[in-house]
Amino acid sequence: MSQVDLSSGCGPTIACREAFGQALLELGREVPNLLVLDADLGSSTRASVFASEFPERFIQVGIAEQNMVGMAAGLALAGWIPVTSTLACFASKRALDQVRASVAQPNLNVKITGGYSGILAGKTGITHQSIEDLAIFRAMPQMTVLAPSDGIETRAAIRAAVEYRGPVYIRLTRDPMPTVMPPDYVFHIGKAVPMRSGSDVALLSTGWMLLPTLEAATILSGEGVQATVLHLPSLKPFDAEAVVEVARHTGAVVTVEDHSILGGLGAAVAEILSERMPTWMRRVGICDCYAESAPNEDLLTKYGLTPANIAAQARELLASRTASRA
Amino acid sequence: MVYHSDELVAALAERAAQLRRTAIEMIYCAQSGHPGGSLSAADLLTALLFHKMRLDPANPGWPERDRLILSKGHAAPLLYAALAQRGFFPIEELKTLRQLDSRLQGHPDRLKTPGVDMTAGALGHGLAIGAGLALSARLDNQTFRTYVVLGDGELQAGVIWEGALFAAKYHLDNITVIVDLNGVQLDGPVRDIMPIEPIVDKWRSFGWYVIEIHGHNMRQIIDALDEADDIHGQPTVIIAHTTKGKGVSFMENQCTWHGRAPSPEQCQQAICELAVSPDAADAAGPAGGGQ
Repeated sequence: MSQVDLSSGCGPTIACREAFGQALLELGREVPNLLVLDADLGSSTRASVFASEFPERFIQVGIAEQNMVGMAAGLALAGWIPVTSTLACFASKRALDQVRASVAQPNLNVKITGGYSGILAGKTGITHQSIEDLAIFRAMPQMTVLAPSDGIETRAAIRAAVEYRGPVYIRLTRDPMPTVMPPDYVFHIGKAVPMRSGSDVALLSTGWMLLPTLEAATILSGEGVQATVLHLPSLKPFDAEAVVEVARHTGAVVTVEDHSILGGLGAAVAEILSERMPTWMRRVGICDCYAESAPNEDLLTKYGLTPANIAAQARELLASRTASRA
Repeated sequence: MVYHSDELVAALAERAAQLRRTAIEMIYCAQSGHPGGSLSAADLLTALLFHKMRLDPANPGWPERDRLILSKGHAAPLLYAALAQRGFFPIEELKTLRQLDSRLQGHPDRLKTPGVDMTAGALGHGLAIGAGLALSARLDNQTFRTYVVLGDGELQAGVIWEGALFAAKYHLDNITVIVDLNGVQLDGPVRDIMPIEPIVDKWRSFGWYVIEIHGHNMRQIIDALDEADDIHGQPTVIIAHTTKGKGVSFMENQCTWHGRAPSPEQCQQAICELAVSPDAADAAGPAGGGQ
């Protein structure tokens, strides 16, 4: 079995959930009206770090995600900036009606964080994995949807979400990753992040999949295929101009996400390109199935979220395009 | 407890009758809406908006105002009638209910209607939002009070009881929940669809102070709202026994009038029936009191 090697990162390894906890702590010191609401998962998501310094601004609601989101709406009505903390699967499904009718429709300043997103949920299996959350949140008017990659970008995304006024969903990853973003990285909502330039194919990533995507670009480069890597941590608003530009430049696009290929990054890119710049595409992601519980490396290999598979999809795409022109 | 004059009580009862007539006319005009639950909640909303709540119609966003979450958002026609009469927006606007570009949506929308504190209509949401507001006042040392009006059908939603647990845990004594216990929901009697009794015992066992009243007796309503102010260390719920479709003979207790507009003849008859003075039997009513 091939091992996933994330060693291509340029900085120290940071657990994304630790970055989340640290970001809350920093913002708690700067923003007096920031509250954290937790549904009995604080020690898993690391929202507990905030609780120990700001016990009076940490609201424990118990295993009651619908009530948590409704309460966050009430608190936002009165001018607080509530950050709700639970797993992505519960934020996007169990509490969905509250998110829609009590946060998105009244356009309230609530920050909804979803930990353990995608299939890397600590061997917990399909109940705790979340492969539909981007599709669900993207479909909601007035919602901002962010999926940062490494610990540095996670911290920056939480800050950007708190500084922005309006409902935001932030998709978080559980596990330690090498960092690829510079320490002074600033998150810009609605902007794509160019990571690498090449004219043969464009690899478009969101969330932590930026890391294996960069590695895939390195593999392809060794074979003489030069890849652009464009990172899209802001799913909504979406940087359509940047996507159209890399499609124009390369004529071949591969999207990469730890999410279903339905409704997430691949869908967003296909929607834009089919209208504005019809382009040969492949979507790497979870192919409309529920995964299973297993160690991360085994899961990523079986479900194709590896540098090797991303590179293979890019090769196959370029071959198909060439064949069609023959 | 403050004694309220007979004149005040009578004036509020007459105001409720007027709002009922207006709500029926609005629903007739829109040819859609929810008459049954609007009529059952009329006295409760009148007591809140014309007597109990601190409000400033000239300044709907006044931070110190008391808050109202109409969790049973389908009673919107009655709420709009009350807000217009209270001066939040022109009375002529009431006839635009449910029309394109109107500020008066089918269910309350905080982004559109002056005086509407929160978007509502997806049943079960209101108590959590009210608990958030009440907690906010606690954290901020604000003195405003939060009122949440629930239907009895929505007590079937589990999230209501999540909110009930929370408000008790945090000793939110600055929230008053009022249950419009009219006994009828969209598809039939609540006791047949999904029984919620014994409802007083349920709330009490969740740690709430419970006041049970006749929900069309204006004196009992305003006394109960006052009594809730004096309860410390726990949240209060007022269980208001009401009649769905109250005041219109052919609508009373009929689930078919949950969400249906009257014909011209039915509208005329309803207005005639609602024009007579409030029921003397309601003024007597069964005894209320804290429990």
